[in-house]
Amino acid sequence: MARNVQPAGQPAPQNAMEALTPEDAAGQENFDRIIAKDSRVEPKDWMPEAYRRSLVRQISQHAHSEIIGMQPEANWITRAPSLKRKSILMAKVQDEAGHGLYLYSAAETLGTTRDEMMDALVAGKARYSSIFNYPTVTWADMGAIGWMVDGAAICNQVPLCRASYGPYGRAMVRVCKEESFHQRQGFEILLELANGTPAQRAMAQDAVNRWYAPSLMMFGPPDDDSPNSKQSMAWNIKRFSNDELRSRFVGMLAEQVKVLGLTLPDDEIRFNEDTKKWEHGPLDWEEFKEVLAGRGPCNAQRLERRRSAHADGAWVREAAAAYAAKQAAKQSSTNAQKAAA
Amino acid sequence: MDHSSSLGGDASASATRITPGFALRPEDIALAAEQGTATPGGDVADYALRLGDDALILAQRLGHWISRAPELEEDVALGNIALDQLGHARSFLTYAGSAWGKSEDELAYFRHEPEFRSAHLFEQPNGDFAATIARQFIAANYQFPLYRELSKSTDPMLAAIAAKAVKEVDYHLDHSTQWVLRLAGGTEESRRRMEAGLALMWPFVGELFEDDPLIAKVGDAGVVPSSLKEEFDRSTGAVLAEAELDVSGHPMATGGGRLGRHSEYLGFILAEMQVLAREFPGAGW
Repeated sequence: MARNVQPAGQPAPQNAMEALTPEDAAGQENFDRIIAKDSRVEPKDWMPEAYRRSLVRQISQHAHSEIIGMQPEANWITRAPSLKRKSILMAKVQDEAGHGLYLYSAAETLGTTRDEMMDALVAGKARYSSIFNYPTVTWADMGAIGWMVDGAAICNQVPLCRASYGPYGRAMVRVCKEESFHQRQGFEILLELANGTPAQRAMAQDAVNRWYAPSLMMFGPPDDDSPNSKQSMAWNIKRFSNDELRSRFVGMLAEQVKVLGLTLPDDEIRFNEDTKKWEHGPLDWEEFKEVLAGRGPCNAQRLERRRSAHADGAWVREAAAAYAAKQAAKQSSTNAQKAAA
Repeated sequence: MDHSSSLGGDASASATRITPGFALRPEDIALAAEQGTATPGGDVADYALRLGDDALILAQRLGHWISRAPELEEDVALGNIALDQLGHARSFLTYAGSAWGKSEDELAYFRHEPEFRSAHLFEQPNGDFAATIARQFIAANYQFPLYRELSKSTDPMLAAIAAKAVKEVDYHLDHSTQWVLRLAGGTEESRRRMEAGLALMWPFVGELFEDDPLIAKVGDAGVVPSSLKEEFDRSTGAVLAEAELDVSGHPMATGGGRLGRHSEYLGFILAEMQVLAREFPGAGW
């Protein structure tokens, strides 16, 4: 997990229940007022340590998911079956690198550096969305990832545009705009395949079958088993519960799959007229826990790829830093000469 | 000359950024060809094919970096350059194909190795980041003056494609220049790698500037490669001098790409690029 750095001169109490200094008490009061008004917390505002820690955890995990999430799709860039699809896929994976960048920047405003977060990721100490530990074995997976995985991400992220922490909410506005393009291109891939040859259609159905349950599990464990959700909702970071978002997502899939002329591998999907919520069949949370614990099909592969890209690039980053330092030294000696003259 | 009205570009052309005003898309070119307003003669089509193949093979190589770059900013930058090159390839190939009733995809996915007309430089493996930068440095210093001159082509479609491309290659030029300077002036290791990268790529400079009978046939519709060499030497020379790098000792390799004689690498590039399309011939995507 990424380490949280204390702003200088503000040692946090070990326990929030301990007596607060007058500054902290005033800060807490101001923070509580911001949350009560459903307004925004900005980087320079006082905030409870636990709020800061929780945000760093969530935002960095989100950033890592974007970065690791590039891999399963990059897997098909060189083999995309038409130049137009290749171009769209490249643009999409590139967008994900961009999302990672904004999110790491948002997390940096909380006092944790990108290097610290990246080090935690390559050391295997940070989490990212479990779904990226499944392999992309056919081209139709590009469609299913766009439609289902990005679709689930949108359901999760649209409410985050209103998250109480300003930089996170603002980053999410841009991310969501691009995600909606990603989802449409995924749907379009599946639509094309579903209306193609029988083999293409079978490929599309197989991909939907494989990505369905993992995409539903992207919303996290059921509400009664989600330890961080309650506090996160009290802080106006999270706006809807895991199950609430999952239900909305199932409803979206259930309608859209008809347009594709494909089926979802779940006979128990129904709209409950009493609760006004979509329901689905049971999910294998044991599998979810296994993958989360590092025993999914691609965990080791994904991490190794990130680690080797990072390690192989070390000399480039060192060179850039050394060059910048030399240029700065040259500039300051020029300035000194000018000043002396 | 204003091509915007006759070629039907629109403002929503780029998937990744908002392009203000006129932007020419491969779809516009295909439409113009279909309507018979812009179809190249056979020689111009052959010429467009080699430009398209250079850009396509380079895009294919660069696309491999995405998710593997030394820094996230470089995943974005190399991805951007790959996308630009792919865009240029799509335009040139669509235009070339319209002479023979073939789509960009038929040309990209269903030609055999000896039918490709790319120069050897573009086929060279990515190697380490320095080798990729060396290849980019040569490619951008070649493509920039090429597209600038081609934007004055007597063929309006080639001129329009080149006018869009040159603005993008201007950025590629800046990107590769900055990295050549950084790597050469960074650490001992980066300097050694930059020198090694240039040693790998420089032998393929010669082929880019060779004239052949097709060039004479296309006349003012094309650009005479040898006419660009002096500017290439000057622009690369200035950067290499600042970086204190010497490329004068590298021998030139025998080319042949324009005749369909390729390096050992192209077969593997095509095997990967074409595999899925060939598995489902005739399918739409």
